[in-house]
Amino acid sequence: MHGFEKKGQRMIALCMLGCVLFNFPILALFNVPGLLFGVPVLYAYIFITWALLIALMARVAEKRD
Amino acid sequence: MTKKVLIVDDEQNIVTALEYLLGQSGYQVEVAQNGEEALAVVDSFAPDLVLLDVMMPRVNGYEVCRRLRERPEWRHVKIVMLSAKGREVEVSKGISLGADLYVVKPFSNTELVAQIDALLAGA
Amino acid sequence: MLQGWVVVATSFAYLGLLFAIAYYADRRADAGRSLIANPYIYSLSLAVYATAWTFYGSVGRAASDGVGFLPIYIGPTLMIALWWVVMRKILRISKDNRITSLADFIASRYGKSALLGGVVTVIAVIGIVPYISLQLKAVSNSFTIVLQYPAIVMPAKVGAVPMLQDTALWVALSLALFTILFGTRHLYSAERHEGMVAAIAFESLVKLLAFVAVGVFVTFGIYDGFGDVFARAAADPELRPLLTPLEGVAGGYASWVWLTILSMLAILFLPRQFQVTVIENVREEHLKKAIWLFPLYMLAINVFVLPIAFGGRLHFPGGVVDADTFVLSIPMAERQELLALLVFIGGLSAATGMVIVETIALSTMVCNDLLMPVLLRLKSLRLNDRADLTGLLLGIRRGAILLIVLLGYLYFRLAGDAYALVSIGLISFAAVAQFAPVVLGGIFWKGGTRRGALAALVAGFAIWFYTLLLPALARSGWLPIGLLEQGPFGIALLRPLQLFGLAGLDQITHAMLWSMIANLGAYVMVSLSGTQSAEEHRQASVFVDVFRRSPEGGGARFWRGTASATDLHHLLARFLGAAAADAAFRDHAKRKGLSWPTQPLTADADFVHHVETQLAGAIGASSARIMVASAVKEEALTLEEVRRIVDEASQVVMYSHQLEQKSRELEAASSELRAANERLKELDRLKDDFLSTVTHELRTPLTSIRSFGEILARDPKVDLAQRRRFLGIIAKETGRLTRLIDQVLDLAKIESGRTDWTETAVDLREVIGDSVAAMSQVLQEKKVRVEVHLPEQITPVRVDLDRIFQVLLNLLSNAVKFCNPQDRRIEVTLAERDGWLRVEVCDNGSGVRPADEKSIFDKFVQAGDTLTDKPQGSGLGLYICRHIVEHHGGRIWVQRAPAGGACFAFTLPIERGAPIHQP
Repeated sequence: MHGFEKKGQRMIALCMLGCVLFNFPILALFNVPGLLFGVPVLYAYIFITWALLIALMARVAEKRD
Repeated sequence: MTKKVLIVDDEQNIVTALEYLLGQSGYQVEVAQNGEEALAVVDSFAPDLVLLDVMMPRVNGYEVCRRLRERPEWRHVKIVMLSAKGREVEVSKGISLGADLYVVKPFSNTELVAQIDALLAGA
Repeated sequence: MLQGWVVVATSFAYLGLLFAIAYYADRRADAGRSLIANPYIYSLSLAVYATAWTFYGSVGRAASDGVGFLPIYIGPTLMIALWWVVMRKILRISKDNRITSLADFIASRYGKSALLGGVVTVIAVIGIVPYISLQLKAVSNSFTIVLQYPAIVMPAKVGAVPMLQDTALWVALSLALFTILFGTRHLYSAERHEGMVAAIAFESLVKLLAFVAVGVFVTFGIYDGFGDVFARAAADPELRPLLTPLEGVAGGYASWVWLTILSMLAILFLPRQFQVTVIENVREEHLKKAIWLFPLYMLAINVFVLPIAFGGRLHFPGGVVDADTFVLSIPMAERQELLALLVFIGGLSAATGMVIVETIALSTMVCNDLLMPVLLRLKSLRLNDRADLTGLLLGIRRGAILLIVLLGYLYFRLAGDAYALVSIGLISFAAVAQFAPVVLGGIFWKGGTRRGALAALVAGFAIWFYTLLLPALARSGWLPIGLLEQGPFGIALLRPLQLFGLAGLDQITHAMLWSMIANLGAYVMVSLSGTQSAEEHRQASVFVDVFRRSPEGGGARFWRGTASATDLHHLLARFLGAAAADAAFRDHAKRKGLSWPTQPLTADADFVHHVETQLAGAIGASSARIMVASAVKEEALTLEEVRRIVDEASQVVMYSHQLEQKSRELEAASSELRAANERLKELDRLKDDFLSTVTHELRTPLTSIRSFGEILARDPKVDLAQRRRFLGIIAKETGRLTRLIDQVLDLAKIESGRTDWTETAVDLREVIGDSVAAMSQVLQEKKVRVEVHLPEQITPVRVDLDRIFQVLLNLLSNAVKFCNPQDRRIEVTLAERDGWLRVEVCDNGSGVRPADEKSIFDKFVQAGDTLTDKPQGSGLGLYICRHIVEHHGGRIWVQRAPAGGACFAFTLPIERGAPIHQP
């Protein structure tokens, strides 16, 4: 039961982290002209952050209790 | 006037001994073989003292003692219970039913006679 | 090669393939080897979320808004992070309560309210209709475009073609037919559709493959990688603002945030998502993989959206080509026929997947939560009397599917042109978002009431209808446009798009803001101002506390059970003892104002709970639960419930059986102990009596001996004759003492098993003669007449002579003691029969009471009451006799003599080990 609680808490934390990263004002910091690896900064930021978030979710979800 | 003693016991040999002993001590003695007989004899014989064995067929010594004490005219009769059962419960049961003395068998002749003398002298 | 017949044939071939997959999966499921019982298929089936909207619409949105399409996928990703907390709970509740749809879930939470289920169904159907029309529009448009190949021609305005020549109608009818064939071939048990899930998972693969293929073709085939596409876009003044889109587009960040929230809710409450995530879920553990695989799928299908969007804008400058069609029109413009066909099939996949699952989910709701409750109440239909309603149910579901798809087509005809694909879809998102407060509130807050839920849904839906659906119809010309511009009856405050004067927000944000205020406000206020019924209260705790209940999850079912107070008392007494059980009962009775046991207790839920609590104190809560559950009879379990209990709780049942067995063993052991204790007490009492008896028996002869001893010693006057008599008595009483001591010693030997047996061949006639002779003095004294009957011939028998002699003496002296004192008579008989010798010693006394016939041979036991009947002897003689006879292989017993006295008999076998036949 303790393990489940922990996993739940970590997941909630990830959700909150995502809510902050994909929201004003953080998004505004990247809403600027220019390219990163040939991709507009905002797009690069969103896709990279998204991928990292999914990786973290995978880690927490698959972690044994 | 000679005092009268009623011996109630179903053991013939003990009765014989007591009869001799009390006869020698100057008492008028009558014998009953069991409780029923004792209760029947009491009226006609009118003893001053009853020597009562506890373990008897049909009406036992306790019962005889209780019935004697129920009748006002027999209240004055002294009762000495004789029993081979000497545990405390039995002694106190006899005393509580109104016996004056509870003597455990086997008894010493001199002591028994002395106690009977004392009881009748006090009366 | 893209002639019409090729496209149509390919489409039907593809649908046929889906059908084959579904058929195969159903067959596997029937055989018990489920195809879909793995987390990967589960994750792919969740991707039914990606519809034609994603496939065609995302590019359209990106072409005008830049990143504006992304919240629709980022929102679900964020919500899925919460799945471990939220979805696990919904899953558990749904499995425990056998939920069949979202409407069922909400109705069940609020006291199984049929009205609420109906309202949810109506909202879901109306809310989803625009979404279905979106799929029809996408498929029919793509079909129309593909048929124009190689020209790129946008489809004509809806309504410009007569209905019967309208592609969308035929698409709609085909999809409805296909779904009916697919989802309602037969009634599925447990509302699960394995075939459908397998086909949907396959479709998810196809649409991903098709979309990525186009993406790769555009990015790397037409252009030179991502950098090239974006560099060209950055160089284009028209496209440059899209690279930093969040400031330029309508609503900006507010729109982004609201779209994120909206899609967070949509992933939970879209009927098709609820269907695949909850209803079709095979195992709760599959969530673990789905939590990251499904977001990964959404990431993958979105990677190429922006390159395609920018590529399309660069490819078709001037806006002549609808951006919603870029995915298809770019390959066509580049003459990639096969790719175009693949894209068409991918789009078809996305649309059919959505329509199939959505309409199946909605038809289940329409059937179970809207029509059946009404039909079952209509007594004139007499549905309650019908044993098999399968046909009716299937008919209703098929009709519902057709109706819903046709409603979608109707909406498409009415309002299909006014909005882009994504905007149409968002209207549906906003509708299902209205379920959020009642569902999320329902599983985390026990206070929500049925009336609160009804108020919330009605208020939220009304605002949605007014601010989103009405404007859509007005813009399409079906309602006067003045309604939007001046407000109804010219009341500006009530303008649907600027309700209460709130302006400056985009349409979705505006609608969500007001509907959520109304929805949430009504839910909380109405819930708090009213009270719950018992049923609502119970369901609330079943839902909210789903994880707190024991693993078998039978809480709700459990309290429906009935039990007898006797059973419960028995159960308590088994673990706590009868006294504590009595106390617990009295305690409970007192609280109920009754006096137990004169007034009986009813074993209601409260009482069962009381018993369980009592029991928990002794054996722990979980064991108490199991024990109580085993004593409580459950009501009206359906076949499904029984199956589930057997599947899920067979472990629990096994434990419960083991526990019950253990408790039975304990009970047996404790009753054995109690019996042993009783016997010990009895033995102790007997021993006490024995000691008392032996003492008495020792003291009685001692009294005479002592008394005469003293007389003889102290009284010289005793004459000679008397001396002799007294000495004789002393001698006799000494003999009596000796006998008693011998018996006690015999007993001691018997008890310790150290008796010596010396056996010789013996003629029993002699032994009987000797024993009578040995008694002759006593017999003469008491004037006893003895008759001895001996046979002429007798077989000698090997016995211990002295012991058998002892037995005979004992029986004879008993007979002398107990025979009639007026006329003492004894009969001794010896007989031989069938290899047995039998000796009888009968007296003419009063006999042995039947109750004593067995126990008289036990140790220490004397016939009669010790106080009224003077016991004769120590109570050891017969016990010793029995021991001796049984040692020789014989038997001893007492019976009533013909003359009325006691007849003691014993047998001896002539040959030891002779047949066990007993005369």
